[in-house]
Amino acid sequence: MKAAVVQFPGSNCDRDLAVGFRLAGFDVEIVWHKDASLPDGVDIVGVPGGFSYGDYLRCGAIAAQSPIMRAVADFAGRGGHVLGVCNGFQVLCETRLLPGVLMRNAGLKFVCRSEPLRVATADSPFTSGYAKGDAIAYPIAHHDGNYQIDEDGLAMLRAEDRIAFTYRDNPNGSRADIAGVLSGNRRVLGLMPHPERAVEASHGNEDGAAMFSALAGALVAA
Amino acid sequence: MKAIVTVMLKQGVLDPQGEAVKSALGAMGFDGVTGARQGKVIELDLAEGTTEAQVGEMCEKLLANTVIESYRVEIA
Repeated sequence: MKAAVVQFPGSNCDRDLAVGFRLAGFDVEIVWHKDASLPDGVDIVGVPGGFSYGDYLRCGAIAAQSPIMRAVADFAGRGGHVLGVCNGFQVLCETRLLPGVLMRNAGLKFVCRSEPLRVATADSPFTSGYAKGDAIAYPIAHHDGNYQIDEDGLAMLRAEDRIAFTYRDNPNGSRADIAGVLSGNRRVLGLMPHPERAVEASHGNEDGAAMFSALAGALVAA
Repeated sequence: MKAIVTVMLKQGVLDPQGEAVKSALGAMGFDGVTGARQGKVIELDLAEGTTEAQVGEMCEKLLANTVIESYRVEIA
């Protein structure tokens, strides 16, 4: 099983995400934003948190136009799995691999804390290690995590069971308390909270480990 | 030639930064500010012959996120 983790100038969770994948048994290769293709045999691409390109223009907007993201979009188009965390979620929305946008937090403050979440669906390779309705916590650390989508988009997400996680105590104004969403084929997940920051005992919380081990199980079987 | 691109949040999209500006002005004693919207201005220096349609494409593909933002192009 092989994971590729994308590194943009300004990424700062790339190595954490690599550790999350490695602990679950993945070989991990870091790929640079200027690379125009992914390594052979990649099963999943991780788009990490951070401040790609200094958040210039809009969070994730410049990264979405980078050579590697064209390769990632092609990979997703062929049915590849992609996990975008925090800035990675913003990048996936800007590439339109996921619907909606992430705006400035409603309270205008950068919010950094352990965030109580609810697993909204277990029906995905990312969330099958949880039960629907599980109360978990992942750390959050963001200024632009206010997820917004129009009425029709929200109705579609609900009808197709594509809301992966919701906040139990909405920290940023996100519509319908949405913390993470899935693509139509359920193989692309974007979320603001950081599962990779909750994967070992020294983190003080291991709730995120179930995501990486579920992915490992799903991709081995695939 | 130059193009001035103004990007604003669409009407109806909550603009927390604009709201903060409005309430700061109110707190400073400037009465009568009933709304504030914050956007951005991008000035492009362009080679002669660049068309307005090309600038429109730049806006659609990068400069604005048309899910939430509208844009206006002024060729100067």
